[in-house]
Amino acid sequence: MNQKIHTMESDLVRQSAATLASAIRQGDVTSEQVTAAHLDRIEQVDPSVHAFLYVNREQSLKRAREVDRGIAEGNISSPLAGVPIALKDLLATKGVPTTCGSRILEGWRPPYNATIVERLEAAGVVSLGKTNMDEFAMGSSTEHSGYGPTRNPWDLERIPGGSGGGSAAALASFQAPLAIGTDTGGSIRQPAAVTGTVGVKPTYGGVSRYGIVALASSLDQAGPCARDVMDTALLHSIIAGHDPRDSTSINSPVPDVIQAAQSADVRGMKIGVIKQLQGEGFQRGVLEQFNAALDLLAGLGAEIIEVSCEHFQYALGAYYLILPSEASSNLARFDGMRFGIRRGDDGTNSVEQVMSATREAGFGAEVKRRIMLGTYALSSGYYDAYYGQAQKIRTLIKRDFESAFLHVDALVSPTAPTTAFKIGEKLDDPLAMYLNDIATIPVNLAGNCAMSLPIGLAPEDGLPVGLQIIAPAMADDRLYRVGSALEAALVDQWGGLLIEEVPAL
Amino acid sequence: MASIDREQVVHLGRLARLELSESEVAHYTEQLDQILSAIAAISEVAAEDIPPTSHPIPMTNVFRDDIPTPGLDRSVVAEGAPAWEDDRFLVPRILDEPA
Repeated sequence: MNQKIHTMESDLVRQSAATLASAIRQGDVTSEQVTAAHLDRIEQVDPSVHAFLYVNREQSLKRAREVDRGIAEGNISSPLAGVPIALKDLLATKGVPTTCGSRILEGWRPPYNATIVERLEAAGVVSLGKTNMDEFAMGSSTEHSGYGPTRNPWDLERIPGGSGGGSAAALASFQAPLAIGTDTGGSIRQPAAVTGTVGVKPTYGGVSRYGIVALASSLDQAGPCARDVMDTALLHSIIAGHDPRDSTSINSPVPDVIQAAQSADVRGMKIGVIKQLQGEGFQRGVLEQFNAALDLLAGLGAEIIEVSCEHFQYALGAYYLILPSEASSNLARFDGMRFGIRRGDDGTNSVEQVMSATREAGFGAEVKRRIMLGTYALSSGYYDAYYGQAQKIRTLIKRDFESAFLHVDALVSPTAPTTAFKIGEKLDDPLAMYLNDIATIPVNLAGNCAMSLPIGLAPEDGLPVGLQIIAPAMADDRLYRVGSALEAALVDQWGGLLIEEVPAL
Repeated sequence: MASIDREQVVHLGRLARLELSESEVAHYTEQLDQILSAIAAISEVAAEDIPPTSHPIPMTNVFRDDIPTPGLDRSVVAEGAPAWEDDRFLVPRILDEPA
């Protein structure tokens, strides 16, 4: 073994996905070696982070060897071939346990794969396992998992965000170079922000929802997570694109996100700062870093313009009616009849009693809370005042974005109002918890796309701060254009990525 | 906007097929009421003329080619079922009389 490969092997887990893929392509290292290094890292650090719900070492290594053969024989060629990935446990994986962070699906193995999973397999991306999440993606801290919380690698006493806290923590603790998340109200972006990683919620319909267990069907969108903008773009390009099995999938070409991530150029771009998403309720250090990032963008040649989105103040209220309404309907399928656990079937109880006992035992507190809220909002007599009114506000928020994008190419805001909070701090205070998503929710309501990327540490607590970039529907490339420019400028300033500052575990 | 009381929470639990405990009913009565008061502001927006949005990217009548493809194999589905008999899901009684 030559010196170059030896050096790489010792820190394989700290490399970017693009670097790993290129080393695998050139034969400097095999997918099996890269996958084994990450599995070793998982064994070493995941007992303290708890990012994964399921890992199968033999299965992953077997797949990596197949991919190595596929690459050698020329059957697999993709920009990420051979690189390992962590999958949020909301994705159906054939024959591999899929719990959605819920006890109600304990032990269930789906009979088919999500489209995303198939695309990743075809591209030779190797699954390391399934990551922890708030139960059925309901939460902003991963504390609502039925299998215990995930911890933030920056400070193990703090939350990694949610619902995709497992995917974000896996990246931030170098257990995986790539991850898949899903974002219904911020579940990719807010975890990225509080763990110092990158995450993109693509345009609604940009990535297939087939095989992703539904939370709120009109808001859910899966997307790429990584440690830098280019890796995120490479992953985006693999999972995006039309899928006839998802009737909401957009049948038009995927924007060229890879080229945009290479461009790192914002000269002449007009970037809007959303007036309503700063100030009160936002932590001082978050705003400090946000303003510094704006100065940086201006210095790179972007024109910064303040824009007003006056209906955003109603977004949280509308969201917490639309989401529970759709969720209460989607989650009706978990009734213990066809899959998952069943409780109370003693030969005497009726089907309704068994369903009620199963759901009572299988669902956690937050899921029950939202099912009840949704059931209420959809009840006759309340429907117009709640769900109907929320849908109208959704129209107003869409219009706010449309008028803003008449004047600017992209919008920016802090991703989350605060840095990572302590585990347990907001667990039984749903309103405080819901406020975490105040800046991310409007994007889901309108269906356009957004990215979160790290812009520094808050001086008061030394924890990562994320900046959100928002672009119009199907202009996902603009996220990468702005993101790559900002990232390049920050790397210049810091001498490396922010994630390199994360404490050793 | 109406506030929510204990009776309603019990009723919602029944509709949602959740066998809520007494303490859960008390807890959710308080919390749902708080959440509903916090989001009541959405009614401040007079929105008579505003059309509702149910879906962010409007699409109608999305069809794919009608090509028959095999469905899931029964044996695979059986593996995930909590109870299975004679190639079917076995479910508890669906009528009122106890077995």
